[in-house]
Formats: sequence, structure tokens, C-alpha cells
Amino acid sequence: MNLAEGVQIVSFGLLSLMAIGAALGVVLLANIVYSAFLLGGVFISIAGLYLLLNADFVATAQVLIYVGAVNVLILFAIMLVNKRQAFVTVQRAWIRRVSTAVVCSGLFSLLAVMVASTPWSFSTGAAAGNGAIVTIGKHFFTDFLLPFELASVLLLMALIGAVVLARRELLPDDAIAPLQQPALTLPERPRELLAVGTTPPEATIARLPSDQNS
Amino acid sequence: MQLQYFLILAAALFCIGIFGLITSRNAVRVLMSIELMLNAVNLNLMAFSNYLDAQDIKGQVFTTFVIAIAAAEAAVGLAIVLAIYRNRDTVDMEQFNLLKW
Repeated sequence: MNLAEGVQIVSFGLLSLMAIGAALGVVLLANIVYSAFLLGGVFISIAGLYLLLNADFVATAQVLIYVGAVNVLILFAIMLVNKRQAFVTVQRAWIRRVSTAVVCSGLFSLLAVMVASTPWSFSTGAAAGNGAIVTIGKHFFTDFLLPFELASVLLLMALIGAVVLARRELLPDDAIAPLQQPALTLPERPRELLAVGTTPPEATIARLPSDQNS
Repeated sequence: MQLQYFLILAAALFCIGIFGLITSRNAVRVLMSIELMLNAVNLNLMAFSNYLDAQDIKGQVFTTFVIAIAAAEAAVGLAIVLAIYRNRDTVDMEQFNLLKW
């Protein structure tokens, strides 16, 4: 990315503020629809961070897959399981929240100390830059060929599995019942009988084929 | 730009994801927290790929795989949430005690 150092620092700061704020909103807001839209904000800011990291292809994939597919899927799930009722209150729920917050901040400080104290060995050669997508394609079709094909099989399995899990279950006697069921009839009003009025129903039924022919 | 900034940001996102995973009671929000954690891991991989492995960008390949598997996970997870909702008529994580004795 051919940006000046100051521009990179400022955009990193803005994107990280957006990501952290939206992630806190996802976790802490009470309304889950707001959480879902803020999750889209997290995904978009992470795509911007990928652009800062010289990865155009992965940033595009992030926007397409996460914002376009996963976030929409989550919104659909919220729409399908939307039930307006408050959860039953649990005794001493604040203990769980406080202890989880303590553990998470402890984990974060541990990771931060580890990141700051590790002597990273930075690579010195020229970056892949705009040729990154060619390099990724070569990796996919040479040394990562087996995982690539397995990923396609996994996506197919996930597709079929999601359909099987989410469809309505057929009860066993429902599966057997259609054998004894009569032919299906549409529940509609007999219009000819009403139109004819005083004529007996047998005559109407007898006259039907001739009506259709004329 | 420093590698450490990206790593600390990813660590913060991961910790927020863990917090949401444990404390939230709506099952859909649990899945959203899992997505947050996966994104934090992806950010780590991309930062390592840019700063430590700039020529032979294997981190981007790994990130693409993680994105594909996260999409599959989201689809199956939301299908499971739908099935449980149809069964138990709630999405409260406290009432999912089918496997609890």
C-alpha cells in the first residue's frame, strides 16, 4: 500500500476504534438487531485493516462473504427466531459477568505483554504487493491443493447439513399416512351449484362435461 | 506501522468475543461472538503474513480457508439454532439443557 506513514497511522486508529466500538456494541447492546448491524460494521472495518495490510483479495473476500453472506444469514436467523419475550432472570448473573470480564481483561493483558516483549523477526525482502493474488492462486493449486478441494467438499456438506437441520421434521406416521390418504382436493366453494340455483346437483354434475366442451 | 498494533487489536477483539460468548444468553448472539473471535484470528494471520512472511504470503491463504470454514460454520450453527428454537420454543442458552443430567 503506497500511503504515507501518517495516513496509515491515522486510518489504522480510525479503523481500530470502529472495530473495537462496534464489537463492544455487538456484545453489550440489549437489542439483537442493533448487534447484527454493528457486526457488519466490525466486518467492514476489518476489511479496511486488510487493505492496510496489502491484502486486496482477502479484503474483497471479507466484504463479499462476511458482510454479504454471513451477516445477512444472521439477520435472517434473527427474523426467524424473533420472539418478543424477556428471558427468565437467573440468580447471581452478575457474578458470571464480572468474573468473565476479569478473565478476559487478564487474558488481554497477558497477550499484550507477550506481543510487546517478543522479538519478532521481520522479513526484509520486497513485499508481494499487487502480485499477491497471483501468489495466492499458485499456493491454492500447488501446495494447498488438498485443503482447497477439501474446503469445497466441506462447503457442500455444510450446505446439505444446514438444509437437513433447518427443514421441518416429518413425523414417522406422517410419512406412512399418505398411502391411505384420499386424493387431495382443493378447499374451494362449488361455484356451479351456486350459480345454477334450483337445479338439482346431479343434473349440474351431469351437465359439466358438456359445459366444458362448448 | 507496527506489527504489534495489529496484534494488540486482534487480542482485544478476541477477548471481547470470549466475553460475549460466555455472558450472552441469546443463541444468535453467541454465534456472533464466535464470528468476532474468528475475525480476530484472521487479523492475526494477515498481520503475520504481511510483516513476517511478505514474499510467500501463506497467511492470506490460511485466512481464505478460515473465511470459507467460518461461512460453513455460520450456516450450520444458525440451522441448529433454528432446530432448537422449533423444539424448545426459546433461544435462551440457560434453557438448553437437553444433554444435562
